[in-house]
Amino acid sequence: MELVLALAIGVLTASGVWLILRPRTFQVIIGLSLMSYAVNLFIYAVGRLRVDAPPIVGKGAANPALYDDPLPQALVLTAIVISFAMTALLLVVLLASRGLTGTDHVDGEEEGE
Amino acid sequence: MNSTPLDHLIVMPILLPLLTSAIMLLTSERQRTAKNVVSIATILAVLVIDIILLLRIVAVGLEGAPATRAYLIGDWPAPFGIVLVSDWLSALMLILAATLALAAMIYATARWERVGPRFHALFLLQLMGLNGAFLTGDIFNLFVFFEVLLAASYGLLLHGSGEKRVKAGLHYVSVNVLASLLFLIGTAMIYGVTGTLNMADLAYRIATVPARDIALLQSGMAILGIAFLIKAGMWPLSFWLPRTYAAASPPAAALFAILSKVGIYAVLRIYLLLFGEEGGWAINFGEEWLLIGGIATLAFGTIGVLAARSLAGVAGYSVLISSGSLLGVIGAGRGQVLGGALYYLVSSTLALAAFYLLMELVERADARTVDLIDGEPVFDDEETEVRVLEQEESEIGTRIPATIAVLGGGFVFSVLLMAGLPPLSGFLAKFAMIDGLLDLSENIAATSWWLIGLLIVSGLAILISTTRAGIDLLWTPDVNKPPLRVSEAAPVGILLGVCLGLTIFAGPVMRYMERTAISLYDREGYIQAVLKVLPDKDRAST
Repeated sequence: MELVLALAIGVLTASGVWLILRPRTFQVIIGLSLMSYAVNLFIYAVGRLRVDAPPIVGKGAANPALYDDPLPQALVLTAIVISFAMTALLLVVLLASRGLTGTDHVDGEEEGE
Repeated sequence: MNSTPLDHLIVMPILLPLLTSAIMLLTSERQRTAKNVVSIATILAVLVIDIILLLRIVAVGLEGAPATRAYLIGDWPAPFGIVLVSDWLSALMLILAATLALAAMIYATARWERVGPRFHALFLLQLMGLNGAFLTGDIFNLFVFFEVLLAASYGLLLHGSGEKRVKAGLHYVSVNVLASLLFLIGTAMIYGVTGTLNMADLAYRIATVPARDIALLQSGMAILGIAFLIKAGMWPLSFWLPRTYAAASPPAAALFAILSKVGIYAVLRIYLLLFGEEGGWAINFGEEWLLIGGIATLAFGTIGVLAARSLAGVAGYSVLISSGSLLGVIGAGRGQVLGGALYYLVSSTLALAAFYLLMELVERADARTVDLIDGEPVFDDEETEVRVLEQEESEIGTRIPATIAVLGGGFVFSVLLMAGLPPLSGFLAKFAMIDGLLDLSENIAATSWWLIGLLIVSGLAILISTTRAGIDLLWTPDVNKPPLRVSEAAPVGILLGVCLGLTIFAGPVMRYMERTAISLYDREGYIQAVLKVLPDKDRAST
């Protein structure tokens, strides 16, 4: 379980960084999205991994060891919403840039022109 | 301590702009006058509330009592619920933000609010994000408010559209989204090790972290620090900053003058709170990085200012000089020097904002053709008619006689402030910082000498490059008297007037700054104030 999650985070981050370093705007956006997935998984992981444990403690529950840490889940929820909004905003900027400059190069002009 | 209705005022700097900006979204863009009036009224109300918060702190603080006030949102006790904290530093930053917002908003009513849709909503959201970041007491909410203010700043940067803004915006948004990801990683690591995100609780628990986890916590802190320093504009994380700020419309750029200071605020708040003089590994953790980074930023800004060929370039690199000076001085050591740094923070932010507002007015005199909207509109929906109207209307408006005298006077004032020449507050601020640096210890470190040298040289560099630009723009015979409205000159006057006030009342202001510095070093006081505050329901029963 830990290995799978660690691999997932690692692969997502590596692919994200590679895409961010590309010169095309769309690749940069996809790269940022992949990295935000990796970060979200990472936040989830710092609350310790537990399988089949509910994060909501019912009335009269005595042993917190039976429950998952609810805080990382709340944090991830917020982080997902924010990164979603930022991706949408970046997409608008991308389209504007594409429309104004006629190219999807990040600098707004092709190399060698 | 009994709770009074005034205690609830602390949420108003966040709620009020949020509500008004929601109303702004619902009303038609055609209600321009109403929108302008409501915006300015909101900002004024926030300013008044900020001043009340400050007076309440001063009233308690002068008697030597701890002036930090924590407010429990939803009445949940401190480490578990969300707390808002107002103290000397946050009250100061709130007032600074509201002053800048007021000046920028008045300036925008002259024409800039019309060059794109939904300016008011974005502007008020930006103010809300700033206020929230200054008030919040835990790291995750700091992140959320950072995102709010950044999201609004993306919109404001693109306000007016045009190819230059979109190109700069693409880089600005990408860099900041990356910085936000680092912020989240750092926050998550800190939570993973300590199990808390409340700043006061974190400061309390940091001494009890087991030895095997310290390396992990330090990495988390370092990653978080990098995220803050990207916002603060530390070299080499700031290459995008001068170009972005140059592309923004003047009122947006004036408000952006405080954006880099949010990074500085976060460094001040978290670094001074978590890493004290006592307590194992946490003794002044990362201090040398702030110092060296500050010196590097200062050097980069100085070179950049000398190389800048436009006023926008000068202003952009001056932002870096201001950030570098502050980071260097914060890193140089503890003591009197921090009071001077805070004075410099206020003075330089106001001066930079005034310069950004003035810049467009001065250049308008030169360009003669007002290039209001460059390129095709991008986020255009209901604005086209208004825009056509605007171009016919731009000839109307009260003109100030002797425009050049007003512009030249303002220009000289803001240059004196930015360069740190006597007699204005910029000089006093630099003097206080240098004096503090010299007082730090018997043997002044070589890095301190570098810092002092660069502080002086950077002022000279700003003076040289602004003089060069000023000769070009202001000393040439005036062919066409540029139109200048009262609503454009007044905000510059407000900002410079506040700086003049800072100069005249330098004594009381410096005492406030020194008191702020003492409260920042008083880690125990902050921890107690936040963690010991009781929810209302418990207070009633005891």
